[in-house]
Amino acid sequence: MSGTFVGMPAFPEAAHEAVRNETLRGNLRHATHTIRAKRAKAVAEVSDWAALRDAGKRIKDHTLRHLDRYLEQLEASVTAAGGTVHWAADADEANRIVAGLVKETGESEVVKVKSMATQEIGLNEALEAEGIRAYETDLAELIVQLGKDRPSHILVPAIHRNRGEIRDIFEREMSEWGRPAPEGLTDTPAELAEAARLHLREKFLRAKVGISGANFMVAETGTLVVVESEGNGRMCLTLPETLISVVGIEKIVPTWRDLEVFLQTLPRSSTAERMNPYTSMWTGTTDEDGPRDFHLVLLDNGRTDTLADEVGRQALRCIRCSACLNVCPVYERAGGHAYGSVYPGPIGAILSPQLRGTQSEIDASLPYASSLCGACYEVCPVAIDIPEVLVHLRERVVEGGPAVREGNKVVLRPAKGHAAERAAMRAARWAFTHPGALRGGQRLASRTRRIHPRSLPGPGKAWSGTRELPAVPAEPFRDWWQRTQGGKGGAK
Amino acid sequence: MSSRERVLGRVRRALADVPKDDTPYEQAVVREYLREHGERSVAETVDLLAENLADYRAVVHRCPQGELTAVIGRLLAERGARTVVVPPGLDVGWLAATDAEQVPDAGSDTPDGLDRVDSVVTACALAIAETGTIVLDGSPDQGRRRITLVPDHHICVVRVPDQVVSSVPQALERLDPARPLTWISGPSATSDIELDRVEGVHGPRTLEVVLVGE
Repeated sequence: MSGTFVGMPAFPEAAHEAVRNETLRGNLRHATHTIRAKRAKAVAEVSDWAALRDAGKRIKDHTLRHLDRYLEQLEASVTAAGGTVHWAADADEANRIVAGLVKETGESEVVKVKSMATQEIGLNEALEAEGIRAYETDLAELIVQLGKDRPSHILVPAIHRNRGEIRDIFEREMSEWGRPAPEGLTDTPAELAEAARLHLREKFLRAKVGISGANFMVAETGTLVVVESEGNGRMCLTLPETLISVVGIEKIVPTWRDLEVFLQTLPRSSTAERMNPYTSMWTGTTDEDGPRDFHLVLLDNGRTDTLADEVGRQALRCIRCSACLNVCPVYERAGGHAYGSVYPGPIGAILSPQLRGTQSEIDASLPYASSLCGACYEVCPVAIDIPEVLVHLRERVVEGGPAVREGNKVVLRPAKGHAAERAAMRAARWAFTHPGALRGGQRLASRTRRIHPRSLPGPGKAWSGTRELPAVPAEPFRDWWQRTQGGKGGAK
Repeated sequence: MSSRERVLGRVRRALADVPKDDTPYEQAVVREYLREHGERSVAETVDLLAENLADYRAVVHRCPQGELTAVIGRLLAERGARTVVVPPGLDVGWLAATDAEQVPDAGSDTPDGLDRVDSVVTACALAIAETGTIVLDGSPDQGRRRITLVPDHHICVVRVPDQVVSSVPQALERLDPARPLTWISGPSATSDIELDRVEGVHGPRTLEVVLVGE
C-alpha cells in the first residue's frame, strides 16, 4: 500500500490520543448510534437475510477460489464491450498507468468518484506530483480534501466532523479550490449539501476525465457497478469523455444474476436503506451516451498475498459496507484515524496487516485493536469471521512463520515486544506437560496467596494496569478433587 | 514478464490449495433466499411501489392513461418549467399539453447547455416495488444518461402494472446488461453529515414519478 500513513504510531498510542478528544468521541457516538438502529431496522425488513448473507459469502468464496479464471473472463468481456484493461501489480504501477492515461488526453484536472482503491494507492498525491489536479466530488471526501484531513470511515470519510466543523471548513477553504461558500452559510445539513452542489457543479460540467472505483465487476458480461447516493458518481461516470476505473481484483462476481444478492445486502448494511439513491451499471462504452474511452485498471497491491493465506483470504470477501465499523465498540471510541490506514475499524484491522504485511509498528498492532466481541462478524453481510482472522494474525505477529509478500514466499520473524508473552506461553507449555511440577507449583501458589501482589512487576505491569489479577484458591482444584472424590464425600 | 502475467501467476500460486475438481459454481452457490418478499396481488404491488417511492421523497402521482398528457402538462406548469428535455423516442402525445419549450436530446448537447434546461420527461425500463426504485436503460423513450442527471427536475412515467416488478431479483432478470443502466431510488441524497439522510445534492433534486394505469 502507499505511504500515505507512513510513520503512524502503533494503534494503542494513536487511540490513546483519540479517546481524549471529546468532540471526536461525541461525533462518533452520535453517528454510529444513529446508523446502528437504522441498519437493524432495514435488515429486519427482509425475512431471508440469513440466506442472502450465506449466498453472498458463497459467491465471493467461489470467485476467490477461481480468481484467475474469472479475471481472464472479465478482461475478455470488458475488451469485447469496447473497454481497455490494464493490470497493476502494486500502487506505484497503478498510479503510473492512471497518470499516463490522463496525460494522453491532454487534460490537467480530473473529477473523482469516492473510491477506496484510489485512496489506498494514494492516487491524488501521485497525480499532483505529475501536475494533475484531482477533485474529490463525494461530499465527505470533499470535506476531507478541503480540510487537508485524512479519511476516518469507509462510507463516510468525514464522520469525525460535525456540522459546525464542516461549515467552518467550507467557509474557509472552498474559495481556494473554486467557487466560494455562499454568504452567511449556516450549519444545517441541507445548506451544507447545497453549498457542495454549487461548488462542484462547475467542475462536473467542464470535466473531460473521470476517475472511479467500482463496487462490483461482472465477469460474464463485463459490467461495472457503482453504488452511490449523491449523483456525483453519475456525473463522473457519464459526463467526461474518458473514464478510468481503478478496481481491486477481488471485486469480481461471476454472473449478472449474482448482483441480485449484493444489491439487496449492500444498501441495507451501509446506509441502512432499502436501496441507495443511484446505482450506475455500464458495460464498456455506448455510442453517443457517456465516455468514449473506458479504461479498467485491475489492482493487486497485496491482494494476492492476502489470497495466499487460507484463513486470512476471507477478508477479500469484503464489499466495503462499513457495518462492522458502525457496531464496533473500539472504533466508536478510538475513531478511524488511529488505525493508520484508509481501511479503519474491524475490517481494517484484518485487511491492512494483510495488504501491507505486519512489519511496521502500526500493522503489527492492528490485530490487537479489538476486544474480540464478535459484533462485526454478526453484522457482516458476507459473514467474514473477523475475530477468527484477528486471532490468526495475532499468532502470526507473535510467532512469525511463512507468509507471502509481493508474490514471494517469506518466513516472518516474530515481532519485537512479545518476548514476555512468548516466555509465559513456553513456561505454561512446560508446566502442563510436567504434572509433578504443575502440582508443586500450584500448592506453592496456594500457600503463599496472602502475600501475592495486586499487580505484576516488570514487563507485566502494563498488562495488570487495566486488569484484576485472578485470585488463587486456598487449595488447588486437583487436590480438592482427590480429597473429596469430586465432592461426593460431601466435604468442602 | 508483463504485469498481467505477474498478477495471474501470483493468483495461481496463492490458490495452490484449491483442488482441480473444486465444487463448480452451480453447486457452490446455494440460493435459498426468496425471489420476492411476501405475497401480494398486482394492485398491492403497485401500491407498495407508490409507498416506497414516497418514503424516499419522490413525489408520486397516479392517473389513468387518458389523463397522462394533462398531468404532465400540469406538473411542468406548477414547476414553472420554461424548457424541457425530450428523449428522441418519447410518445409525442405526452407533451401535447405543455407550453414549455421542448429541447431534443441531441448528441451535440454540452453539459452546460443541459444545465440551463429546467426539466426532463422520460419513460423507464421498469420499477421495483420492494425498494421503490425506477430503472432507466437508455432506450429511445429514456434518452442518454445525462439528460436525467443534469436538469434539476425529472418527471418519470411508469406504466402500471406491466412495468412493475416486486423485487431486485425479478428486475435483474428483465434487464439487459449490455445497456447502460441507472437505478434511481428517490432524489439525490447524502448521509455524509453525521450519517443523517439529506435530500438534494448533485442529481435532480425533485423526482416526480407518474404511475399511469391502463
